[in-house]
Amino acid sequence: MHFYVPCDAVAIATGADKIAAAIAAQAARRGLDVQITRNGSRGMFWLEPLVELVTPEGRVGFGPMTLADVPGLFEEAANHPKAVGLVEQIPFFAKQQRLTFARCGVIDPLNLGDYIAHGGYVGLAHAIKLGAAGICAEVKDSGLRGRGGAGFPTGVKWETVRTAPGDQKYVVCNADEGDSGTFADRMMMEGDPFCLIEGMTIAGLATGATKGYVYIRSEYPHSIRTMNKAIALARRANLLGADVMDSGHTFDLEVFVGAGAYVCGEETALLDSLEGKRGQVRAKPPIPALVGLFGKPTVINNAISLFTIPVILEKGAKHYADFGMGRSRGTMPVQIAGNVKHGGLFEVAFGVTLGEIINDIAGGTATGRPVRAVQAGGPLGAYFPPSLFDTEYDYEAFTRRNGLIGHGGLVVFDDSVDMAKMARFAMEFCAHESCGKCTPCRIGSTRGVEVIDKIIAGVEPEKNIALVHDLCETMKFGSLCALGGFTPYPVLSAIAHFPEDFSKSAIKLAAE
Amino acid sequence: MDSNFKTELVEAIILAHQNLEGPLLPILHSIQEEFGLISEDAMRLVASKLNITRAEVYGVVSFYHDYRQKPAGRHVLKLCRAEACQSMGSEENAARLLARLGLDWGETTPDGRLTVEPIYCLGLCACAPSAMLDGEIHARLDAAGLEALALEAL
Repeated sequence: MHFYVPCDAVAIATGADKIAAAIAAQAARRGLDVQITRNGSRGMFWLEPLVELVTPEGRVGFGPMTLADVPGLFEEAANHPKAVGLVEQIPFFAKQQRLTFARCGVIDPLNLGDYIAHGGYVGLAHAIKLGAAGICAEVKDSGLRGRGGAGFPTGVKWETVRTAPGDQKYVVCNADEGDSGTFADRMMMEGDPFCLIEGMTIAGLATGATKGYVYIRSEYPHSIRTMNKAIALARRANLLGADVMDSGHTFDLEVFVGAGAYVCGEETALLDSLEGKRGQVRAKPPIPALVGLFGKPTVINNAISLFTIPVILEKGAKHYADFGMGRSRGTMPVQIAGNVKHGGLFEVAFGVTLGEIINDIAGGTATGRPVRAVQAGGPLGAYFPPSLFDTEYDYEAFTRRNGLIGHGGLVVFDDSVDMAKMARFAMEFCAHESCGKCTPCRIGSTRGVEVIDKIIAGVEPEKNIALVHDLCETMKFGSLCALGGFTPYPVLSAIAHFPEDFSKSAIKLAAE
Repeated sequence: MDSNFKTELVEAIILAHQNLEGPLLPILHSIQEEFGLISEDAMRLVASKLNITRAEVYGVVSFYHDYRQKPAGRHVLKLCRAEACQSMGSEENAARLLARLGLDWGETTPDGRLTVEPIYCLGLCACAPSAMLDGEIHARLDAAGLEALALEAL
């Protein structure tokens, strides 16, 4: 019997290690020979730990597994109470268009042979033939835009670094995935780490960079371990080092562990942190493409952008660009989280609506109560009410609705949420995480908490709401980076779409 | 002075990382892993070995939430306070636990056994609320689950 038991952090946090041990123990007791492969997660987190059993028809799933469910796997598996059928036919999975995540959950993350058997390193081989300018053109043609949230065309960034003069250039992967409701980087680092190594190597080839860093947040210990192991394996296989795949090109990688500062997800703060400094935001210009890490030309990309590079080089720019809508080409790994029935990772072409994702795919809330709000794009993203669920998943469509898709996170709230409290939290979080370099963010966020506290207490609510608007304008236009600049999104959207939560106390006072 | 401080050990840590391009954070991570905190003595030594000012080292240590200048309890429970966990009642659960322990965020029980700290996102957001106890992650923690987890450490 061949079982798959995920080693993804979500699976482990819900007991996968114990399940794997129990399967081995149960098999030993029965004198059976079993193989247990620790795969990444399929991204259907409500089913984790999701055990898969290889059958002639395909991989059959059982989840969410508890220890008591393990013996049943060795009986009549088809009648197992946790049986969910063929994993790839579960609607949540079957409806996806997995390009970036094609291998995630399928393969053994640390088995290089498995990676190569599933299309790995075809992209790099193609890239070596194309050469630097050719790779940049291919990435430009794919329409890939930065998946960290800013949406800047990746190929244009690479071209800038390629043509920048410099004796030393760097590729930096931003895997400081701090947004609540996001876990795409984490899943891929734990489920398909060689894909990042390949993507960064291609970036190195495209730009002339010989050294790369993967900046991973310290809150992701499993990702750190898996990436380190994968890098060591890649080095041994001549896929990193002085002569990558006998191409004559040098490229090597290192993991760098963050230290619990959300702002280091901002690219220039991240670079300062890598240099061993406080993670403070740099003023731009100069842009990192010209003056980046240690003052050298640097490609700094979000992890998901880099994870997407191999498939673009493997299948061609056109294949990727054929997915999507408008200026948002390809697919987006949407991360559905919070109070949600079917939460997880859903990779889909741009253009699907917010309502389809929340209601049809995710099945509404976990508590069974009505959905009241969805925060899209992390702690700096806007809150959307159900009346805006017709918004299409697309960079520009979200901008038109005063929101952002950010890194692709969606956090669902039911009708028990107090939106004034969430607005206050946005300011509080900004105050907690501000790097302190610019005044609107450093002071504005603390003042924001104070003013919202007054509104909640019913002190001159109208006047104070006007003050919050004014403060948000200052933060939006006066902050150096997105932390101070985008904190107004959750605050103002909460006020705009849920005004009743900001006047409750006033109504209560008036009634007394 | 930190009673556990061992000059040779800190020097060895610094030496092991000195060839890195940006050695300060990795050095501080290692020192904290070894000693449980980053003492003033350690900062002084790091500054002198890396040829940077003590102010620079202190600036970095005090900037990042991960670094400690005071020892934590024997067990450290980090509770996620970010939005996804909030949507599943993490704040209410945390408030109840803290009240039961008589602690505020960041405080340690008087017997030194447990420190409770906030953390902002463990990336387990579809199985909220989540927490980390001594580096081990836990998800789907309702009020009872959280209490059971805390009791493990007490």
